[in-house]
Amino acid sequence: MDEVLIEVEGVTKSFVVRRRAGRLRRTREVVNAVAGLDFTVRRGEMVGYIGPNGAGKSTTVKMLTGILLPSTGRLRVAGADPVRDRVRLAQRMGVVFGQRTTLWWDLPLRDSYELARRIYRIPEATYAGNLDRCVELLELGPLLDVPVRQLSLGQRMRGDIAAALLHEPEVLYLDEPTIGLDVVSKRRVREFLARINAEQGTTVLLTTHDLTDIEQLCSRVMVIDHGRVVYDGGLDGLHRQGRSERTLVVELERELPPIELPGTRLVRCEGTRQWLAFPASASAAPLVAELAGRYELRDLSVREPEIEDVIARMYGEAEQVDAAVAQVG
Amino acid sequence: MAEARFGARTRPARWDVVHAVRCYGHIVRMWIRAALAYPASFWMTMAGNLAASGMDFVVIVVMFLHTRALGGWSLPQVAFLYGTSGLTLGLADVFVGSMDQLGVRVREGSVDTVLVRPVPALAQLAGDRFALRRIGRVLQSGAVLTWSLLRLDLSWTPLKVLVFASLVLCGTVIFGSVFVGGSACHFFMADAAEVQNSFTYGGATMLQYPPTVYARDIVRGTVFGVPLAFVNWLPALYLLGRDDPLGLPSWFRFASPVAALLCATGAGLLWRTGVRSYRSTGS
Repeated sequence: MDEVLIEVEGVTKSFVVRRRAGRLRRTREVVNAVAGLDFTVRRGEMVGYIGPNGAGKSTTVKMLTGILLPSTGRLRVAGADPVRDRVRLAQRMGVVFGQRTTLWWDLPLRDSYELARRIYRIPEATYAGNLDRCVELLELGPLLDVPVRQLSLGQRMRGDIAAALLHEPEVLYLDEPTIGLDVVSKRRVREFLARINAEQGTTVLLTTHDLTDIEQLCSRVMVIDHGRVVYDGGLDGLHRQGRSERTLVVELERELPPIELPGTRLVRCEGTRQWLAFPASASAAPLVAELAGRYELRDLSVREPEIEDVIARMYGEAEQVDAAVAQVG
Repeated sequence: MAEARFGARTRPARWDVVHAVRCYGHIVRMWIRAALAYPASFWMTMAGNLAASGMDFVVIVVMFLHTRALGGWSLPQVAFLYGTSGLTLGLADVFVGSMDQLGVRVREGSVDTVLVRPVPALAQLAGDRFALRRIGRVLQSGAVLTWSLLRLDLSWTPLKVLVFASLVLCGTVIFGSVFVGGSACHFFMADAAEVQNSFTYGGATMLQYPPTVYARDIVRGTVFGVPLAFVNWLPALYLLGRDDPLGLPSWFRFASPVAALLCATGAGLLWRTGVRSYRSTGS
């Protein structure tokens, strides 16, 4: 299972944007959507791909699926060039665009699956088995004969994900699969993706704004900003690099002056409650023991870092690097 | 290596073409069923289409109430032009006419979902928004054509039958190519629909009248520019036994298959360039 499935080497993508400037004149402007990407994804990996709007996430997915041709660099999926072998490679990949359904609006959900069976030339038995499995895990049973236009957003997204998996793709690209979904639908989608990845070894690359997706699904996360990968590794490493902090929320028996504890930093002090921040990479146990020894406590809890803040801090750093490079250049 | 496969990739295998045509058929069936989800709307637009295309012929009939001939052509002869022009445009319109909506898809960026499926984009987009109501023009033109053939008494020979059959087939291919080629322009231009319509619907209206009523340069343009004259004017000269207003060599009257082949090739190349440019500029 150690085989490399996706190879991206020095890939850039720039668009020429023409703007009207005056009656006849037009200005040409080159926008670098992706400014030099390097990464590989092994078969069976589940990778979260995150970054702010306009960072180049969708552009990357479009290049990997063969929709867009890279300006420079080398890109291979299962050893093939996605643009040149687009139609053939399409047979081996599944794609879900979160904000764009591929289901047939006016027809029952089942009809969209029947069309997929014919387009992907899925053998009858394989199709029946995969459909049953998707229907069971995504709870689509009562929806199969309902016209798609009558489905809720969450139901439609589940329907779309099933449609992308009926032909057993080796790799699944998901662009914002949980956007706009309610909590229950999000949970179902995540559980389903985790199972598909674990049981069938489907390689999954998902872009998202919802960092809970990453926390619950992906052992590896890639952060992209200004068209470059600024972080690639585990979630814990991201915390370390983003210098994220966990917080001890201490509830004391009575009001006391601010606690001073080595290795922590007082964030807030409100009546009997105090908030102490400490590096996310450090262990909470010795701190808790120390506090319990020194003070009479009514309650104590540990709060995980807000990953949004971690990434915001990383983006801040990337911008500083960019600014430095720009100054040197 | 992937590089070595390049030559093989440019020409799809025969079974790929069969699969593409089959998928076109499946997509068409889906659209018909989707349209039948609203039956009242379906039948009303169908009737509306029949009436609208019939109005063109009423205009011609009214003209003949005031004059005996149009550019030297009798009413049944003009009806023959009307019928063949409408029939071929109608067939092309039924098969690929909805592609003029491609501009909307390009702007929305929904061509993406087509490009990630294992079927050529042309097969999928040709069937996109397939509208059975467009068959109205085919039925109505077919009726007029039948009437004209009954009145004309062409004294059929095997060659005439062949020329007539090739007229319908090649005319459909020529109009279809203009549709596909025009749609390809949506990949480059913001709104190419009107340019395309002027060649297809506008062109078909032009072909309803005899070439002798137009200025010679316009007729010349339809022979050597956008080759609409090969749809029905030139074959009709032979079938109806008339003189060529341009005085072209007589083999031009049989050259429609060549024109159709050139048109289809041109449209195919334009389409490929279009898809390619979409891939390198994005949405």
